[in-house]
Amino acid sequence: MSTQSTRAAARLMVAPSVILLFIWMIVPLAMTIYFSFRLYRLLSPDRTGWVGFNNYAWFLNSPDFWVAIVNTLLLVGGVLIITVVLGILIAILIDQPIWGQGPLRILVISPFFVMPPVAASIWENLFMHPQNGLLAAASRGLGYEPILYLESYPMASVIFITAWEWLPFATLILLTALQSMSSEQMEAAEMDGASALSRFRYLVLPHLSRAITVVILIQTIFLLGIFGEIFTTTQGGPGNASTTLPYMIYKQALIAKDIGRAAAGGIIAVILANIVAVFLMRAIGKHLDA
Amino acid sequence: MARTVTTNQKITYTFFAWAVGLIIFFPVLWTILTSLKTEASAVASPPEFLGADWTLQNYADVWQRSDYPRFFWNSVIISIGSTLLGLAIAIPAAWSMAFVPGKRTKDLLMWMLSTKMMPAVGVLIPMYLLFQKTGLFDTRIGLILALMLMNLPIIVWMLYTYFKEIPGEILEAARMDGASLKNEILYVLTPMAIPGIASTMLLNIILAWNEAFWTITLTTVDAAPLSAFIASFSAPQGLFYAKLSAASTMAIAPILIVGWFSQKQLVRGLTFGAVK
Repeated sequence: MSTQSTRAAARLMVAPSVILLFIWMIVPLAMTIYFSFRLYRLLSPDRTGWVGFNNYAWFLNSPDFWVAIVNTLLLVGGVLIITVVLGILIAILIDQPIWGQGPLRILVISPFFVMPPVAASIWENLFMHPQNGLLAAASRGLGYEPILYLESYPMASVIFITAWEWLPFATLILLTALQSMSSEQMEAAEMDGASALSRFRYLVLPHLSRAITVVILIQTIFLLGIFGEIFTTTQGGPGNASTTLPYMIYKQALIAKDIGRAAAGGIIAVILANIVAVFLMRAIGKHLDA
Repeated sequence: MARTVTTNQKITYTFFAWAVGLIIFFPVLWTILTSLKTEASAVASPPEFLGADWTLQNYADVWQRSDYPRFFWNSVIISIGSTLLGLAIAIPAAWSMAFVPGKRTKDLLMWMLSTKMMPAVGVLIPMYLLFQKTGLFDTRIGLILALMLMNLPIIVWMLYTYFKEIPGEILEAARMDGASLKNEILYVLTPMAIPGIASTMLLNIILAWNEAFWTITLTTVDAAPLSAFIASFSAPQGLFYAKLSAASTMAIAPILIVGWFSQKQLVRGLTFGAVK
């Protein structure tokens, strides 16, 4: 349908985006690869040189590394499970005939507009603080000792805060998908005596599969890089209990001031992110008929 | 799927749905309430609800102690600037991907999205050095560029899915009538694409407003937006709950209000057109 010149023009119009993104990706990446093979410590700037794979070896053998990998997976997986499961339940609830659905949607989406440092600081200070937090007050009111959420359960707390931020996103996308379901089908199933559970299993869930895929794809992209929530609340601790891969890299770069090792960590993170990306894109590519 | 139900059922559903909604919203509400209490009242045990000492003093204090207007304007300029620049670059790309797709268009889109999977921390040091060397460090234009590039894949994706829904026949008709590429874009495509562009714009303003990694690491004073404002506030003054809450409210209120007014368009935009 299109002529040669249209095609050429089309390529020309895609070019700026592609070139800019390519530069944005490749220049820092190339520099990071370069640093990752160098001895580069801000605290001893005189000692430089090539160190081969030493930085990588250090990073991979660090006791923090596997903790960080597990924590990163826990964070991504935990938040995905919580937001998708709760999101489906809440979306079904809001989708029932109720009064004030519009205002209710506004309430539910609100946490999505709260910037991560604010969300983390609200939860840390106003809710999870062992003296003045509202949850501590609730514990005392019930006659229990306040729980030290961020000290005793740091990873669970971070997952909880992050899930609160992303639950609105999942809920509203799933709600939008639910609202496009045909009511005839549901009514027919109901009349045929299908139980609520089997209606959910065989009608609602298949209908939502596309929306669920979108939620998983977009959230994973953002969750892999979660940083602000940890930085504001637990600083990766106590010890390394809530250190994720991004946070471990940050600690190497800005606290230990070892740029070489941080760079090696960055490359490892990029490789792992790409493995996740390939799996995800393959799964999503089928669903997302772009 | 609206079904006929009895009033009793409707009351039950409404009760539970609103209960869940209020629980989700509660942290935001509690922050706003705390910001309106005196410091003593804010940390009172047991917590005070209706009987608290209400005051607006915290807002006055935060306003005086910090340079809120400067942070605010930096946020506005950076989020709107990066969004507009991103749109200017993404619209032609999304247009040609949607209407003149090649064999590798889908791969290209996937590649763009995959660039977002790179953890920002991994390239922090190179970015920091690059920004220092090029004089972009702590400038608004530097942040506009960084956030524009960060969100470009999302902008292209969203526009692409919107443009896909515009029937190609209309463009062909325009082409038959001899419309040039430029006119085709200006007079045929643009009016039909305005809603999609608008919701892409909204979502990206929100994403840019709430971005809190590059905006904090690549600024010190001059270009620091509200994310840096709140970071500076929560660190040393940790125990001033009412003031912290006031500062938090001031940081999120503008975008919360924008979001509330545009939530319908937003939700559709967020799904990349994959959910109707």
